[in-house]
Amino acid sequence: MGAEGMELGFKGVLKELLAYKSGALGVVILVFLVALSIYTVVAIPYDKAIKLWRGEEEVWIENPRNAQPIWVKYWEYLRGRNLPETIKRDTSDSKQYGVYKSLRAIPGTNLKRLYIEFSFKYEYDDFPSEINIFFSSKFNESAPILRIAWEKPGGNKIELLDFIPRDKYDRLYLSIEHDVLKVLRSYVEEKLYALGKNPEVPLSVEKALFAVEDESMSSSLTVKPLKGTYKLIIEGLLFGKDSDVDARLIIYGKVYGMCGTDHLRRDLTIAMLWGLPIALSFGLIASLTITFLQLIIATISGYYGGWIDALIQRLTELYMILPFLPFLIMIAAFYKLDIWVILAAIIILNIFGGGIKSTRALVMQIKEYPYIEAARAYGASSKRIVLLYIIPKILPPVIPGLIGAVPGYVFLEAALSLLGLGDPFLPTWGKVINDSYRWGALYKGYYYWVLQPSFMLILTAFAFAFIGFALDKIVNPKLREI
Amino acid sequence: MEQSLLDVRNLHLYYATRKGVVKAVDDISLSLKRGETVAVVGESGCGKTSTARAIIRLLPRNVHLYRGSIILDGKNIMELDDERFRKDVRWKKISMVFQGAMNSLNPILKAGYQVAEPLMIHENMSKVEALKRAGEALRMVGIHESFIDRYPFELSGGMKQRVVIAMALITRPQIIILDEPTSALDVITQANIMNLLKKLKNELELSYIFITHDIALSSELADKVAVMYAGEIVEMADAETFYVKPSHPYAEKLMASVPTLRTDKQLDFIPGAPPSLIYPPPGCRFHPRCPYAFDKCMKERPTAVDLGSGHYVKCWLYA
Amino acid sequence: MSEGEMILTVEDLRKFFELRKGLFSKPVYVKAVDGVTFTLKKGESISLVGESGSGKTTLGKTILRLYEPTKGKIIFKDKDVTHLSSESLMWYRRETSLIQQDPYGALPSFLPIRRIIEEPLIIHKIGDKSERLKRVYDALSAVRLTPVEDFASKYPHMLSGGQLQRVAIARALVLEPELVIADEPVSMLDASVRIETLTLLRNLQETRKISFIYITHDLATTKYFSERLFIMYAGKILESGNIRDVIMKPLHPYTQALIKAIPDPDPENRKVLRDVPPGEPPNLIHPPSGCRFHPRCPYVMDICRVEEPPIVEREKEGFVACWLHAKH
Repeated sequence: MGAEGMELGFKGVLKELLAYKSGALGVVILVFLVALSIYTVVAIPYDKAIKLWRGEEEVWIENPRNAQPIWVKYWEYLRGRNLPETIKRDTSDSKQYGVYKSLRAIPGTNLKRLYIEFSFKYEYDDFPSEINIFFSSKFNESAPILRIAWEKPGGNKIELLDFIPRDKYDRLYLSIEHDVLKVLRSYVEEKLYALGKNPEVPLSVEKALFAVEDESMSSSLTVKPLKGTYKLIIEGLLFGKDSDVDARLIIYGKVYGMCGTDHLRRDLTIAMLWGLPIALSFGLIASLTITFLQLIIATISGYYGGWIDALIQRLTELYMILPFLPFLIMIAAFYKLDIWVILAAIIILNIFGGGIKSTRALVMQIKEYPYIEAARAYGASSKRIVLLYIIPKILPPVIPGLIGAVPGYVFLEAALSLLGLGDPFLPTWGKVINDSYRWGALYKGYYYWVLQPSFMLILTAFAFAFIGFALDKIVNPKLREI
Repeated sequence: MEQSLLDVRNLHLYYATRKGVVKAVDDISLSLKRGETVAVVGESGCGKTSTARAIIRLLPRNVHLYRGSIILDGKNIMELDDERFRKDVRWKKISMVFQGAMNSLNPILKAGYQVAEPLMIHENMSKVEALKRAGEALRMVGIHESFIDRYPFELSGGMKQRVVIAMALITRPQIIILDEPTSALDVITQANIMNLLKKLKNELELSYIFITHDIALSSELADKVAVMYAGEIVEMADAETFYVKPSHPYAEKLMASVPTLRTDKQLDFIPGAPPSLIYPPPGCRFHPRCPYAFDKCMKERPTAVDLGSGHYVKCWLYA
Repeated sequence: MSEGEMILTVEDLRKFFELRKGLFSKPVYVKAVDGVTFTLKKGESISLVGESGSGKTTLGKTILRLYEPTKGKIIFKDKDVTHLSSESLMWYRRETSLIQQDPYGALPSFLPIRRIIEEPLIIHKIGDKSERLKRVYDALSAVRLTPVEDFASKYPHMLSGGQLQRVAIARALVLEPELVIADEPVSMLDASVRIETLTLLRNLQETRKISFIYITHDLATTKYFSERLFIMYAGKILESGNIRDVIMKPLHPYTQALIKAIPDPDPENRKVLRDVPPGEPPNLIHPPSGCRFHPRCPYVMDICRVEEPPIVEREKEGFVACWLHAKH
């Protein structure tokens, strides 16, 4: 038992730490995590992150819902399946490939004829998740009348519907448009009857639009995507001289970004990245504050003894039998769910934790050391002895515990979020797990939704645990295997 | 010349540590006749206890090198495997009284049972018989047989030390290694224990390897003295020669630093501190502190010089 | 203060430690120091010899007011310090000092040597920073830890046991105390550095005219360090006197036994048994009645078991507390 850590100094400790495989690994992971946090905070400032996370101004509207992360695509690619990515076509970007637009005035009238053709190659092995068209129109008296048609590879053309934008900006959710569904149902049925088959499980809009037209169409379970060049054709009649219509077609894929998206189309990368600085600061602040408060309380208890000691010890014992989690749930239920309130609650509920007992035992031991007696002999006051002679001595053995306790608090915050008691505004890992749980991620097969935040939590825990173990060996040489 | 009972030749015991290889026992040789005591004296960290552990083969896990020969009764016990060594040698032929051993008694077992335990382990003796023998052993070390049922906390320091000696005696070994057997005892109790060890030696024809840092105390038992410095034996002499006039400069200085009670002498001391066992000085390991050191001492390691009648000195002054 | 004047007078000093066996049981007392009286002249060095459990360490620490005395008086420089409050005690702390047994434990491992020695100066608000540093260097050179700058910047774990003990000595002397109590200052050091350390202490004591109490179990070293000897047993002083006198002509049976028990290096030792009494020091909760040595004494008489022995003056100086020497 000794204050080796102190004698080594910071550099020495780091050197020793790196000498242990676990310590080196922990340091490498932690350095990576810290660098990533700094990058996150700089690249996505807090306000922006919150805005993005709260989905203000529908920033995520062009993202697919519950899309898998891109790494899933690569993985599936190796297995021979090409997952669809999002395809966008926009008439306002005339240089784009696969976009054709013509707007011609009909001579002698106040009318204009619009023709828009979006074409794209579809080479994926799965259906898109959703199809939307966004219109931005200019008109004065009457809204334009648009007719929307779909052309499959091979030339089969389906008239989908007529659409009249009601506003300057309007959108057409093809996937959930009742009329479109009806049209497609009858189209599919017709094809099936021609093949002598009966429809079994009706197809969704996306599936019907992209289906290979054979027997497999009879069920949404067997249907296969048809590869080739598709076209979406918008023909319209516009009223007024200045009238114009621009359209933007989005065929939502099934993969998106580094981390995929959630049920609100939000990019989970935001939560994965921002969850890191929040988790690190939450865990470190909680662990540091609790450890140091306990250290001071334990030192006072151990050094002064008497009634102070008795009081602190009874309080500690009382705290040890208090049902911690129900208390926290109660606090979270009564007060505003704010991460700082939760942090404060955790600190208060842990001040008189079990750590006091072990630190006090250490203080009782150190109190009897000759150098303390020597200090009394040359006139050091009790305050000086506690602050200058005892605390520096117990610091080294306490620090591995401090580091090792960080993951505990990170997990606690995540667990509270999982129980729905976390801060609702912050993009934290616990919140992501909570969302995934509430939206049945595992049931629906969105494993990435649960696995990614869990992986981050575990990585963080490993970093601190590895460093904690190695530090423990350094400051308590008795633990070393010689 | 009489056949020796124990003959240690070129014994090495190195430990691997994070800072380097500790040469705790570095090529030492010593021999012991039946009924003879050799005292191994030296300062802390010179390798005394490691020598004892190397002889009785109680080694830590980080052994780097363990080599040499130990011939007991004409048989090289270094060649035995650990299991055979444990069964045939340790405690049966050579037992040990550890430093601070009286604090290592198991507080929850009765003294008699602890004395009897080696018999039950090493000779598969029944508990009843072993306890009977334990009673005899306790009587031999001057403790009444009724103490067989006492717990360690009911015994005084001196009695605990006697119990530990009884534990070392009970298997009737030929050699007992005594590692600082009185280090925590009062002087009068220490004198009593020394009296006991002298009596036991004569009655049972025991041989002792007596490890101590206290030169004056070593003269209580030693027939021969081995002075250790930095992992080596630098002088080996019989008691009559050694206590009157040690030859090696280190031994001479060490002797001069022993305060005597009955005579007034000018005390001397050795400047500097004992060297590291990881990077011992080149040449003679004592040369940085030696008042007589000359060129050769700094370069070449001295070999043992035979001064006759079993008196060996590792010093260039005598070469 | 002139030569030969008393610096310390200890009168019937007692220190009992309360020992509670259970919450409701009556407390019992360990009578560690049970009525000790002696005086110390200015600049004098005395040795206090006893075995472990004799109360010698407790006596030293009680004199330094590290323990609260149970009874008796401690008079230092004509001032009664027995029950000084902690504020007025600062003066006494500055004038007195302690050197401990364990050099490895006596220094805070996390401070550099410079700061360790500076601490008493800081606490007693002596000098400014540069002045204090000068005194730290002076103290280091006084204990011959040179070059002082090197040692000042080191940490305790970089030094050997002997060097650590010299740092502890430097710290003990940096306030220039008048009274120093050294409790087994060399017993944990190696034989080869023991004498060096003791000689150093002796020289400092003589040149600085420090009044010194050397507490030890090692009778052989006392004559190299001091003039007067006090033999302590079970909380009491049994015999005192000039060291050579007492060693050559011990009067108390315990002193005689102690001297017989100590070997000098001699090849004849192994051939003879030492004539020492059996048994061990008594427990101090219920010490023996009468003379505390009577259960082990080879010359025990009836009266020894009943009545405390009288204090009998020795021929030259000192006394012996024994019925054998009582004048009828």
